[in-house]
Amino acid sequence: MSDTHAESIAFVRESSLPQSAPPDKVGGPLKWVKDNLFPTWANALLTVVALYFLYLLLSGSLPWLLNGVWSASSLSECREILDGASGACFSVISERWHQLLFGFKYPSDQYWRPTLALVLLFIAIAPVLFIDLPRKLLFFTGLYPFLAFWLIWGGPIWGPIFALLGVIAGYVAYSRLVHKSFAMALAGGIVAAVIVWYIGGFIGEALRPASPLLEAIPSRDLGGFMLNMMLGITCVSLSLPIGVALALGRQSHLPIVKGICVVFIEFVRGVPLITLLFVANVMLAYFFPPGSGVDLFIRVVIMITMFSSAYIAEVIRGGLAALPKGQYEAADSLGLDYAQAMRLIILPQAMKISIPGIVNIAVGLFKDTTLVSVISLFDIIGMIRGPILASTDWNGVYWELFMFASLLFFIVCYGISQYSQWLERRLATDHR
Amino acid sequence: MAETAQMKVSDEVAIRIDNMNKWYGAFHVLRDIDLTVHRGERIVICGPSGSGKSTLIRCINALEEHQKGSIEVDGTLLSSDLKNIDKIRSEVGMCFQHFNLFPHLTILENCTLAPIWVRKTPKKEAEEVAMHFLEKVKIPDQANKYPGQLSGGQQQRVAIARSLCMRPRIMLFDEPTSALDPEMIKEVLDTMIELAEEGMTMLCVTHEMGFARQVANRVIFMDEGQIVEQNEPEAFFNNPQSPRTQLFLSQILGH
Repeated sequence: MSDTHAESIAFVRESSLPQSAPPDKVGGPLKWVKDNLFPTWANALLTVVALYFLYLLLSGSLPWLLNGVWSASSLSECREILDGASGACFSVISERWHQLLFGFKYPSDQYWRPTLALVLLFIAIAPVLFIDLPRKLLFFTGLYPFLAFWLIWGGPIWGPIFALLGVIAGYVAYSRLVHKSFAMALAGGIVAAVIVWYIGGFIGEALRPASPLLEAIPSRDLGGFMLNMMLGITCVSLSLPIGVALALGRQSHLPIVKGICVVFIEFVRGVPLITLLFVANVMLAYFFPPGSGVDLFIRVVIMITMFSSAYIAEVIRGGLAALPKGQYEAADSLGLDYAQAMRLIILPQAMKISIPGIVNIAVGLFKDTTLVSVISLFDIIGMIRGPILASTDWNGVYWELFMFASLLFFIVCYGISQYSQWLERRLATDHR
Repeated sequence: MAETAQMKVSDEVAIRIDNMNKWYGAFHVLRDIDLTVHRGERIVICGPSGSGKSTLIRCINALEEHQKGSIEVDGTLLSSDLKNIDKIRSEVGMCFQHFNLFPHLTILENCTLAPIWVRKTPKKEAEEVAMHFLEKVKIPDQANKYPGQLSGGQQQRVAIARSLCMRPRIMLFDEPTSALDPEMIKEVLDTMIELAEEGMTMLCVTHEMGFARQVANRVIFMDEGQIVEQNEPEAFFNNPQSPRTQLFLSQILGH
């Protein structure tokens, strides 16, 4: 603590020391087996026991799987073909393939529409998931929800067009006003969007074509795994921004904003999702203006989104709490305002910390979409338990159907999990 | 030493603190602080831990709120108005004990972020300015690395460059070398000395007494939330007036 620091010369090495090679590793598969499977008597015994159980499992299930029948048209025919041998009756999957994927009411000549929507989804979601892709692709991402809505539900194209115009009007109003005040810009944006939607409603009514380009399909006719995918994707993409807003609101210094967020989060977390779904099915209609007839699909989306956004908010709050106070102070000391500090400094870091938790909730939410089968929507589980198992042809084919449903869910959920691990590695810049 | 200490100090007032008081709950942290800093002045604030020296400089850019008295920075009175606070913060640079670089951004992005978003500087121009200051703190070759890849001393120099990119008129340093190895302290102090030689108005909380002797035109000693003594460095170190200051100096210079 004196002049020494200011006057001493820092030691600087001019060249690196030569590296010495690490000792040779003794390897080979035999050594690996000995080291990992039979290192001691106790471990060797455990290995043998484990191998025996593996044998039991596979000897029971493999013949059943490999001996599966794919071509029968009913369970009894399937049993005839098997003739007493052990074997699965996979033909239920090939025979009811379209019902499992699209439900039993969706017109079969229109299956290309949801399929196209799914293909386009990959293009739309790519620039969101992979931050290295050119940002211009986000243009299509913005367009996609309206396009997908039109593809799946069909009907006059004016609906989605005016919905899009309303969002654009809202955005323009917002960006014009935002330099004055955020609250004013938000209110202005909402008002502008609502005006466009309201006027668009009349114009759309006047322009209603005699026969629309794409046949209109009511929500009641959606079903199968398509319904699970639609609910999952819509609810995850809506609940993420709402969850961020709730998490920030819960940290707010404004008592009313904070109070609303806390009450919302605690209430929604304290209620089972199934209760909310029954509310959506039966009671929510009372809260909307009479005759508005808000679609059941939208009511379910609202409820699942509410539910998962409350959980996501808590996960993100954990991420926010994990950031050192110095990050907030550094952002403040540079003169960034609240919105800039959150958007540029705090949220990117907090979201990165929260990735495992958010993915956890996204995966859980996606699987919870099967709960809609209890309010008599025919998602994949609803289809299996309802029309397929109830039919005389396939009464009693449980294993094959539920295995297939599990496989579909597993593929999607495993994909999400793998993506999140890649994202964590991609964003690991702190070199801790 | 002699020439640096005699750099011109203008009559223009940079910071005027008048009878400022601050409480944490019921705890009285700062008592009746009166301090006027002129443009170009370099002030070192020292004192035992808990004496309120960090709190004092954090009040100047409103990282802490004061409850009584007034603070005027560059003619702007610090009030609770957010626009006012943001204006003062963009004029006053600050370096922290733990650097507080943004770990998710590269060194260059750390430096250009505030100029681009607060000052609305075009990206290219902001990057040129950033490279200029990174050269000044002698780490232009690290511009595309992330803070986690740099040593503590390098990180603190980046933090200084990041503040300078906003072209502040006043720099605050909150124990900038306390978290560093002895080897790295020198490189940070050298950067600060260079800054002082260019006439930057500086308030520095530090225990580096060598730095204080060489650079400061005034040393302030604080204890229990009060300014106990302030003087030119020669007089302060060689002839401390109050017994509290004498005790502090004997302990800190004794070894």
